Amino acid sequence: MTAIPIETGLLLAGVLFMLGLISVMIRRNVIFMLISVEIMLNAAGLAFIVAGSHWAQPDGQIMFIFILTMAAAEVSVGLALILQIYHQLKTLNSDAANFMKG
Amino acid sequence: MGELLWLIPALPFAGALLLVLFGNRISRALVSAIGVGSVGIAAAITLALGIEFLSTRPDFIRQEVWQWFDVAGFSPAIAFHLDALSMVFIFVITFVGFLIHIYSTEYMAKDQDYARFFACMNLFVGSMLMLVMADNLLLLYLGWEGVGLCSYLLIGFWYKEPANGYAARKAFIITRVGDTAMAIGLFMLFQHFGTLHIQSISTEAAQVWSVGNETAMIIALLLLGGAVGKSGQLPLQTWLPDAMAGPTPVSALIHAATMVTAGVYLIARMHVIFALSPVAMTAVAVIGAVTLLIAGFAALTQYDLKRVLAYSTISQIGYMFLALGVGAWSAGVFHFMIHGFFKALLFLCAGAIILALHHEQDMRRMGGLRQKLPVVFYTFLIGAASLAAFPLVSAGFYSKDQILWLQLAGENGNIWLYLAGLLGAFITSIYTFRMVFLTFYGEEKTHVGHKPTMAITMPLIILGILSFAGGFIELPHNFGHVVLFSDFLAPVLPAVQVVEGLTQYEWMLQLLAAVVSLGGIFIAYLFYYKKPELVESIHRSETAMAIHRFWYSGWGFDQLYDTLFVRPYVYLSKLNKSDFIDSVYTFLARITQGLHQLFSTTQTGVMRNYVAGIVVGAIMILTISLLL
Repeated sequence: MTAIPIETGLLLAGVLFMLGLISVMIRRNVIFMLISVEIMLNAAGLAFIVAGSHWAQPDGQIMFIFILTMAAAEVSVGLALILQIYHQLKTLNSDAANFMKG
Repeated sequence: MGELLWLIPALPFAGALLLVLFGNRISRALVSAIGVGSVGIAAAITLALGIEFLSTRPDFIRQEVWQWFDVAGFSPAIAFHLDALSMVFIFVITFVGFLIHIYSTEYMAKDQDYARFFACMNLFVGSMLMLVMADNLLLLYLGWEGVGLCSYLLIGFWYKEPANGYAARKAFIITRVGDTAMAIGLFMLFQHFGTLHIQSISTEAAQVWSVGNETAMIIALLLLGGAVGKSGQLPLQTWLPDAMAGPTPVSALIHAATMVTAGVYLIARMHVIFALSPVAMTAVAVIGAVTLLIAGFAALTQYDLKRVLAYSTISQIGYMFLALGVGAWSAGVFHFMIHGFFKALLFLCAGAIILALHHEQDMRRMGGLRQKLPVVFYTFLIGAASLAAFPLVSAGFYSKDQILWLQLAGENGNIWLYLAGLLGAFITSIYTFRMVFLTFYGEEKTHVGHKPTMAITMPLIILGILSFAGGFIELPHNFGHVVLFSDFLAPVLPAVQVVEGLTQYEWMLQLLAAVVSLGGIFIAYLFYYKKPELVESIHRSETAMAIHRFWYSGWGFDQLYDTLFVRPYVYLSKLNKSDFIDSVYTFLARITQGLHQLFSTTQTGVMRNYVAGIVVGAIMILTISLLL
């Protein structure tokens, strides 16, 4: 099995990150925004894995486990917030939650 | 006994403090007990000290309570200095003050701010005592401003009436003009002597400066400015008639017997400086002479009982200045003491009348009170006789006669000053008995409501006795020759040198003074009792009425100051209402506020915008780090 070149892996990670970022910016639905954030996190995790495998170091995988843990925590908090938003506003449109304006 | 000295001012201060803190929570009886008691005990201590002072005759008793502060060699002490001069003043302040406090318990009985009244009165007595007992000029100045503050508080005591507040502010601001001059004088004294200790200044000034020294003249004139403001002399006299807006006991205590004579005290206390400057002495005498005439004429035309007395106070202080101006120090202080008795008496009588007539002050609506208020009538008569210098039996005759005699016989005397004083005495007896006839004779015009009781009549009787008998401690040398008072003051105030060869004519001048006084009384009798139609014939004359209006307005000084100072000032302040210097700062504030509004529009509350903001920021930072 030939090793995947690092450039390809990082390119994939970068594309995934940009996809996540753009959809965070253009999506209005809060659930989709949360999913996009997850994509961005996984893109970052992918970059770590690629780098770790390139230098044959375990650090990249350790970092990924960290990110995974953090993502789990983040999702639980984020979902709780989304439930609250839906409960209060009867919508998942994030633009409706603009009470902090000005 | 000397170590009790500090208690004399401390007791009234303690009374004021107690009344300020707890006055609203304790009963009226307790308020009276604290208010009257503190001054009463101070008076008792004064009496004990006075007896000891008279028997041992020390030059002075000094008590240092503590060091006020000590900065760069300037270390004024809170120290009290009791000599013959301050003894006289303390005696008048505590005794007359005590009697007026007793009187006030009835006069103010129905007032809802009973405790506030006594708190202010006690504070006043304390400050006034500090003024006359101070051993350095800084402490004196503290007392000086303290009495000014109390005067303000008590003139505006009934503050719900806007006119009273106006009168209070007027009194405060006008006296401030004099006080500023005095403060500059004190600065100059400190610059020259490096101390404000009165005794050291007096000793050093006499050694350092010769007579006619310019610095001494400037300092004396500046101190005179302070005295003129406080004592209601020309040109700062306009506040005193308006000060009658306060309750009558206040007028009696502050604006007749004690505070307004602080100027007399200051000049007598600093007499060494004044004696070094003939110009300042002449200024004192001339101011006194002009003031006593102007105020006398103004008093002739007033209808408000208290305003007559106010102008008469200005006029009588004019006499004291006249005496001080020719170096007759003890004559001036003697007249101060006698005036303190009879003017307090007259004001308290006026208060009793005003209370009896439901706060009616206009003499045209009084009359026929002789039978209704006999005690008030007889005591008022004694006071009036004293004010009009009724010959031989009134105290005022002896004190005023001494001043007039020294105008002519003193080494600095002047025939014009004498004539002014004599004319003033004539006018004084006219307006005094005009008051008596208008108020007590004729028909009754207003019903008598409140009959005075013990608390009012007792102070009247005591003051009546004092204004009758007080004169006998100093009799002219061709008539009894009693010099108890001037002997008492001799260690502090030098005696005036009498020109040789005039002494044999003294009886002629006394006769003249007596004739003038009786003549004035006769004219008042003729015009206001026997033939009232004479007054009406005067009122029909156009020129006489013009003069009458002119005098009634106090010689137009109020209008003059209004056009010269008040209106230009109000105009300027209106011009600059928006304060153009302030606009710089307003501009700064506007810019800040504009920027704030600009940035607050970026806070849209939409999460996607914030994400975009973070992305843009991250891109910018990345770009910069890549480029550099």
